[in-house]
Amino acid sequence: MRLTSPDFLVARDVGFGYPAKGRATPPAVLAGFDLAMTEGELFCLLGPSGCGKTTVLNLLAGFLTPTGGTLTLDGRPIAGPGVDRAVVFQSDDSLFGWLRSIDNVAFGPRMAGVPRDRRNAVAREYLKLVHLDGQEDKYPGELSGGMKQRVQIARVLANDPKILLMDEPFGALDAQTRTRLQDELVDIWGKTRKTIFFITHDIAEAVLLADRIGVMTQGPAARLREIIPVTLARPRRRGSPGFGEMWERINALIEDDAATESLT
Amino acid sequence: MSVVEKPPRVDALPSPPSVIAQRRRARLRAMLGSEYLLYAASIAGMIVLWHVVSTTFFKPQFFPSPAVVFTAAVEMLRSRELFEHIGISLQRILTGFVLGSAFAAPMGLLMGSIRKVRVIFDPYTQFFRFVPSIAWLTPVVLWFGIGEVSKVLIIIYTTTFIVLINTMVGVANIPPNKLRAAASLGATPVKAFFHVTLPATLPFILTGMRLAMGNSFATVVAAEMIAADTGLGYLIFNSRLWMATDKIFIGIVCLGALGLITDRFFRYLIVRFAHQYGPIE
Ligand SMILES: Nc1ncnc2c1ncn2[C@@H]1O[C@H](COP(=O)(O)OP(=O)(O)O)[C@@H](O)[C@H]1O
Ligand SMILES: [Mg+2]
Repeated sequence: MRLTSPDFLVARDVGFGYPAKGRATPPAVLAGFDLAMTEGELFCLLGPSGCGKTTVLNLLAGFLTPTGGTLTLDGRPIAGPGVDRAVVFQSDDSLFGWLRSIDNVAFGPRMAGVPRDRRNAVAREYLKLVHLDGQEDKYPGELSGGMKQRVQIARVLANDPKILLMDEPFGALDAQTRTRLQDELVDIWGKTRKTIFFITHDIAEAVLLADRIGVMTQGPAARLREIIPVTLARPRRRGSPGFGEMWERINALIEDDAATESLT
Repeated sequence: MSVVEKPPRVDALPSPPSVIAQRRRARLRAMLGSEYLLYAASIAGMIVLWHVVSTTFFKPQFFPSPAVVFTAAVEMLRSRELFEHIGISLQRILTGFVLGSAFAAPMGLLMGSIRKVRVIFDPYTQFFRFVPSIAWLTPVVLWFGIGEVSKVLIIIYTTTFIVLINTMVGVANIPPNKLRAAASLGATPVKAFFHVTLPATLPFILTGMRLAMGNSFATVVAAEMIAADTGLGYLIFNSRLWMATDKIFIGIVCLGALGLITDRFFRYLIVRFAHQYGPIE
């Protein structure tokens, strides 16, 4: 049983626009964006490319400040980046190329002043959790794409955040590696009980992973169009009963949105 | 390579430090050693070409052959005169280069990282980097005298702008996600500066320093031609008065060889101590 506090992560009426030259009010990327996540859930944010998913993540992470609305985590307003929210980035350029994978993973504890022995032990443990034991001394440049994303996942887990924010972390991987990592993520989620906010544009990926899927509108001025609970039993497979129906339902929703969009 | 990721090996134990050091040394040896022969052959070929061209097309006074230059060099080495010129030039170059880099790299990091600092110092950078160091020679000699200080200052000046600009470019090239990741993992701005900005910029700083080394050579020669009575630049310029072309070529060969050796040494240091910070071309 998961401990659930409703309203763990809350976005209320959030608006955002990137500053544009010669415009007093920047064009809205997000408008009226509402979201409430439960502690411990695996939430997938689904939407077509360019609709504003990464922007939502950057707001939640505190890298950007909303132009309107409120964001809270566990009751506390989000103001700037913080160790309670850890980010797994889409591209691997967020890894520290000059540090061995163990030192990448130990980076958070190091910033917190954890002594070397302890933080190395923690890093080793999480590298093992992501099946990278034996790769401690490799530099990111010596690892494959899938391994690098594993290092990223271990790095955020080692910092013990309240929530993981993941931005299409498997988007750049080949299909087989992606499938493996999807399974492993569900496994890690089961073991660590972390709350996960996972961005994807892949309907199948969302259905495979999510407790709930938040489908975004196309944008500009995007918001959550609908939240769809996924009640399929775990572990899930692409061929699991109900998988196809779920996929169809979400696809219809997105196509409907696109159709409405082109009418206006 | 197969498309499927290999399952993690259960027998892949972490390597002990001794094995890692051994591996690193082997990598180093392979890098430096494997092309030695080719390298030596290339140098030999150059000397042969020099001999053929100089003896076929030129009078010895106009383009002395390697043998002539070598004989003259042995003479100058015996009288220790050449050591003196090399020593003093090298000393000027290295002092100016080290001091200039030591000033410019931190300055470039600060200018790159802190917008206000950049705005304040940018006009100076953009103004003075277009004023070649040699243009300053006369005022500097008037202010600081004909001694070593003037020459070293001129080389500091040369080094500063090259290293500074390269460092700033390096800071600008840090992927924003690296700094964002660091912030989310609990790095304060100061910690992010030392743990991310500095190491991420190091390859650019080192590249800037290698470029600056070349310019330091050019600068020291010019300075010594105009305001010195020692050094390789003086040797080259002074020999002109006596049509001592052999000595001019000694100066030229020494400059090239010194440059090549210092650059090799610099690259060695980079490979040995900073290889993980980025590829060195
Ligand atoms: N740094 C930025 N500056 C200006 N516009 C941006 C920036 N980042 C994204 N955008 C714009 O905001 C919209 C949403 O982008 P993004 O959040 O990256 O979408 P997604 O992650 O869903 O693909 C796009 O129209 C994009 O062009
Ligand atoms: Mg995106």
